[in-house]
Amino acid sequence: MNIIGKKYWYFIISTIIIIPGLISLYFYGLNLSIEFRGGSRLTLSFEKTVTDKQIQGIHDIFNEKKIKVATIERSQQDVFIRTRPITQEEDQFLIEDLKIRVGNFKQSQYETVGPTIGGETLLNALKGLVIASVLIVLYITFSFRKVPKPASSFRFGIAAVVALVHDVLVLIGLFSILGHFFGVEIDSLFVTAVLTVIGFSVHDTIVVFDRIRENLKKIGGADFEQTVNDSILQTLDRSFNTSLTVILVLFALLLFGGETIRWFVVALLVGIISGTYSSIFNAAPILVVWQDLVNRRRKTS
Amino acid sequence: MRKNPRYLLWLIIGLSILAVFVNLPKIGNFNPNVVFEKLNIAKELTFRKGLDLEGGTSLVLQADMSNISKAQKPSALDSAKVVIEKRVNLFGVSEPIVQTSVVNSDYRIIVELPGLTDTEKVRSLIGTTAQLTFWEQEASASAKTASPSADQIGFKQTNLTGADIKQTSVSFDSNTGKPQVQLQFTSEGTKKFADVTKRNIGKPVAIVLDNQLIEQPTVQQAILTGDAVITGNFTVETANQLSTQLNAGALPVPLKILSSSVIAPTLGTASLEKSLFAGIIGFIIIVIFMCVLYRRLGVIASFALILYTLFNLAIFKLSSLTPYGITLTLSGIAGFILSIGMAVDANILIFERMKEELRAGKSTETAIELGFSRAWSSIRDSNISTLITSFVLYSFGTGIVRGFALVLAIGVLVSMFSAIVVTRTFLRLVYK
Repeated sequence: MNIIGKKYWYFIISTIIIIPGLISLYFYGLNLSIEFRGGSRLTLSFEKTVTDKQIQGIHDIFNEKKIKVATIERSQQDVFIRTRPITQEEDQFLIEDLKIRVGNFKQSQYETVGPTIGGETLLNALKGLVIASVLIVLYITFSFRKVPKPASSFRFGIAAVVALVHDVLVLIGLFSILGHFFGVEIDSLFVTAVLTVIGFSVHDTIVVFDRIRENLKKIGGADFEQTVNDSILQTLDRSFNTSLTVILVLFALLLFGGETIRWFVVALLVGIISGTYSSIFNAAPILVVWQDLVNRRRKTS
Repeated sequence: MRKNPRYLLWLIIGLSILAVFVNLPKIGNFNPNVVFEKLNIAKELTFRKGLDLEGGTSLVLQADMSNISKAQKPSALDSAKVVIEKRVNLFGVSEPIVQTSVVNSDYRIIVELPGLTDTEKVRSLIGTTAQLTFWEQEASASAKTASPSADQIGFKQTNLTGADIKQTSVSFDSNTGKPQVQLQFTSEGTKKFADVTKRNIGKPVAIVLDNQLIEQPTVQQAILTGDAVITGNFTVETANQLSTQLNAGALPVPLKILSSSVIAPTLGTASLEKSLFAGIIGFIIIVIFMCVLYRRLGVIASFALILYTLFNLAIFKLSSLTPYGITLTLSGIAGFILSIGMAVDANILIFERMKEELRAGKSTETAIELGFSRAWSSIRDSNISTLITSFVLYSFGTGIVRGFALVLAIGVLVSMFSAIVVTRTFLRLVYK
């Protein structure tokens, strides 16, 4: 099988997948959840200790009215509900309906609350990711320093991070589209999913690169393209089996894990598939393209 | 260089028994954790869970905005929130909720802390402003200034404040053994502090916290290094608390606690059971998949994986004894799933390699050893890069990001142990 020979096709496929997401990101942005945007917080005070059944009833009413709820908390006689911003008027109707369903209470508080995940949290996570990417490039450059000429260990590091960025763009782009057309929200779990995918992406890429490194040491870098292609084929079984294991587990979570984690699992699935694809069809071919460029420049100069 | 697998086997068995003991809940009158109680660990070992699973404490703080102009109020509230968030994080509570709230013309901050019941401690930590100031003697006693406390008539405030502090830590006086708070000023603070000490050699400088005099040492000589020590009458706890507060910065507005309530878990047990059920199904799928793909090897890998899970759970539980307690929330669980994936991957890498070596005509025993040694470089590099990511995320992240990074890092370390030591020892024993 000649994977490297069709490398430009794989780049085109990646571009076709990423571009719609980027367009959606530019025009529609991300559909952020209450955790990022803030909303309203209602406090209901009952006369007796609140039961599970009442909590369920409150939950159902918000669901029926299609009002997004972030958290429902209870403390003995009190219930605290965090929802999307609701107006005073909406609040009145809601309270009446709630009273019919879950018994009498008095609304002791109606607050407008800020985000629970502030800009600082996101900014810090982003800073962390940039620093982590730089460190990964440095580590790979160091760890692959013995690859024989003409290959260069620095290029391995950059290619791994390019594959990582590819996976993040696929995921964020897709969720921008899902957010605009299907109301899927970006919440704290999505942030975790992105982090997970980043971890997986680099991990997967390094396994493929490790094989290239080993083969280059064994047979030298004379036919770089051929070596890279062989290495991909030799690790194909492993890449496939590992990804399939993770994907099967995620399917189990998707089917049995309940609604709270549904989109989280979808995000992980997309990211893992993209991560596997990018380490085979993007990261390794990038090395070859880069090598070609260097060779050509050397010839002309 | 082959180590005797028998020692390693005993090590694995010993660790597994220990892990089982830690993980077991109380059964009737028999409490497996009794061993730990004998070791003087008074705290009962439990898994720390998030707000939705375990409940916690909720505090509502009211900001005193009387000195703030109307336009500045929202930003003052935001910066107060950031300070509270930092304090709570430094306090070691993972995944807290800190959010601003506006009711009519009241400005508030809601703080929710999972699993925490010691509300008094929390109150004294987040309720105080922590405004640190330094005062020097008035040149002419006639000038009138606001005095921080009755003792200090004739003092005036210097331009040095808690905002000039870069970092603080708790240390112990080498003579008295008493706890003290060590300050390190920023470069600008160092200059200010040098000026203050230069001006006041032989004179007292008062250190004042929230309008309370802490101490009034006499300056012996000018201090140019930017290091200072506060030796108030601290206990270890109050010293830690002050250090935490100074590190997080002073509150821009005074806050008073409006109400505090204990929050019950809301994510019903049904939801928890659902996730747990899905997790078990996922685990069974991995076992079946590995056994079908790699037959006998897969059975061995499955055993290693069970031990891997046991070890991890034991570490999660034991972590509740340390300040880096792991809170089990959905983001932590995501980190755990990823680390299981990586643990399985390590096994797959080794087995695929062994298959290759067998195909090349090597003997079983050689194939096992070659499989491990050749797969090692990829396991090492991929896991180290994951560790780098998780350490960076842990040091920069807050809340969910931190919880995720911590669980991932522990999972990766245990998975390396599991793949290299556990699987290998089992293999050597089976194929001997």
